[in-house]
Amino acid sequence: MATQTLDKLKARFGELAWTYSENAASGNRRIVVPADQLAAYLEYLKVECGFDLLVDVTCVDYLHYRGAKDRFGLVYCLANTISGERLIVRCFLNEPDLTVRSAVPLWEGANWMEREVYDMFGIMFEGHPDLRRILLPDEFAGFPLRKDYPLRGRGERHNFERITREKS
Amino acid sequence: MASVVEPESPVEQEYRWTLNFGPQHPATHTTLRLILQIEGERVLHAAPDIGYLHSGFEKIGEHLNYNQYVTVTDRMNYISPMANNIAWHHAVETLLGIEVPKRCKYIRTILAELARISDHLLCNGAAALDTGAFTAFLYAFNQREVLYNIFETLCGARFTTSYTRVGGLMYDATPKFIEQVRAFVKNFPQVHGEVCRLLNRNRIFVERTKGIGVLSKEQAINRSATGPIARASGVTRDLRKDEPYLAYGDLDFNVVCSTEGDCFHRYLVRMDEMLESLKIVEQALENLPAGPVNVPMADRLILPDKSRVYNTIEGLITHFEVVMTNRGFQAPRDECYAAIEAPNGELGFYLVSDGSDIAYRARCRPPSFIHFALFPDLIQGHMVSDIVAVLGSLNIIAAELDR
Repeated sequence: MATQTLDKLKARFGELAWTYSENAASGNRRIVVPADQLAAYLEYLKVECGFDLLVDVTCVDYLHYRGAKDRFGLVYCLANTISGERLIVRCFLNEPDLTVRSAVPLWEGANWMEREVYDMFGIMFEGHPDLRRILLPDEFAGFPLRKDYPLRGRGERHNFERITREKS
Repeated sequence: MASVVEPESPVEQEYRWTLNFGPQHPATHTTLRLILQIEGERVLHAAPDIGYLHSGFEKIGEHLNYNQYVTVTDRMNYISPMANNIAWHHAVETLLGIEVPKRCKYIRTILAELARISDHLLCNGAAALDTGAFTAFLYAFNQREVLYNIFETLCGARFTTSYTRVGGLMYDATPKFIEQVRAFVKNFPQVHGEVCRLLNRNRIFVERTKGIGVLSKEQAINRSATGPIARASGVTRDLRKDEPYLAYGDLDFNVVCSTEGDCFHRYLVRMDEMLESLKIVEQALENLPAGPVNVPMADRLILPDKSRVYNTIEGLITHFEVVMTNRGFQAPRDECYAAIEAPNGELGFYLVSDGSDIAYRARCRPPSFIHFALFPDLIQGHMVSDIVAVLGSLNIIAAELDR
């Protein structure tokens, strides 16, 4: 099953465009794809390879990571509900172009997960129906899960507008 | 937290009401807010507004080491903290490539299932409470009390257990714990039967939940639902069977599924899952292997016993090596995703390690967050009074929702 998916990917996208790796300890199978083609890969994996469940969307900021070449790594965890097969699709993004095509047309479940990634990292998802902040207030400036954002914040708490009973 | 979505035009808005539900409302049970567009009693549009409890758990995860962070996971899904502890250290051990001893696996399995029972008891009890059946809630909570006592015997804490450690557990299980779990296994089916008799054919409860908030199988998969919610809609995915972790491969149990996908069947799936969990607990308890509960001291992963620290030089050295900040344990420079079947659904952690004993990134895949995204669709076209039924059946825990 596992090799089948890889063979299909080779047939569709060629062998050089993407890289495959496997984590020995966890058995996680991962592919790294070019950012501009992410949506095409995801669509192919969903439609042709049976990865019908989007488990998770997340992002990693590699700013302080020793030896890292790229700033952001976007992670899509996929699973096949029939065979139980899993695959992690990653792509790398660099400033100033932090835009990828959204996966919401493929999985509606991506809606809130991508909003959270936007909220925390400032990655833009093109074609997302409702790309707003989700956990933080709209007026929040900055992206707190980036590595250049301090643990204790930048004083937002003190500058937060206070609404008194008279003003409201 | 985000602004309200404005309806299309003022003319259409004329006969509609905007109703604010929460964030402080007894029926939300937790801190979440809904902005409802209603026409008469019918909900036309629901806009969830979350983030009131956001406390940056993932950011904290980048500053605490793998053992310290377990205290934060307690506070995620606080109605089954044991399951979160196990999920966190399952992910860490997967990253480090540690195989825990068999006894540890069995104890963790028992605890994960006890946590599932306690989670489902509260979820079903609260769902019944919100739909007008108060007695069932008391029966359920009384059993949760028994489970709290079991956790207290084991680790001294009733609520914020923080029981797991990298490569083992805080303490080994004692004979008293085994005795208490045996008593629970013996008494629980009777209470379970009583709760079933109170609710399964209770006309008010059934009419308020049957056919409400129907989630189809396609929608469940497309919207990333997992756990009892997906299984009530006919998705037969259960990580305990599909990717047997801990001791689940050795034990005999069934996966409970339904095809209806409404609030009532989500309740039924949870009810039956409790009995399956009880089967797992009983088997694991009666086959509990002897032997060490932690990985060997020589692995330099876990703090040795106090008697060994005080009486042997190896124990003393190991203790210092583990607690010293510039030693600790070495993690591979890699990243991995590992998940367990938590009571609420797939609870996974995506860990990135830069080689130190502190995670570079500790992403949690929270089932509540993903399930709450389903809510606007499930409630559309239903009555205002159905909101609490649907919320109760989704088992939204705001601390896990917002982290």
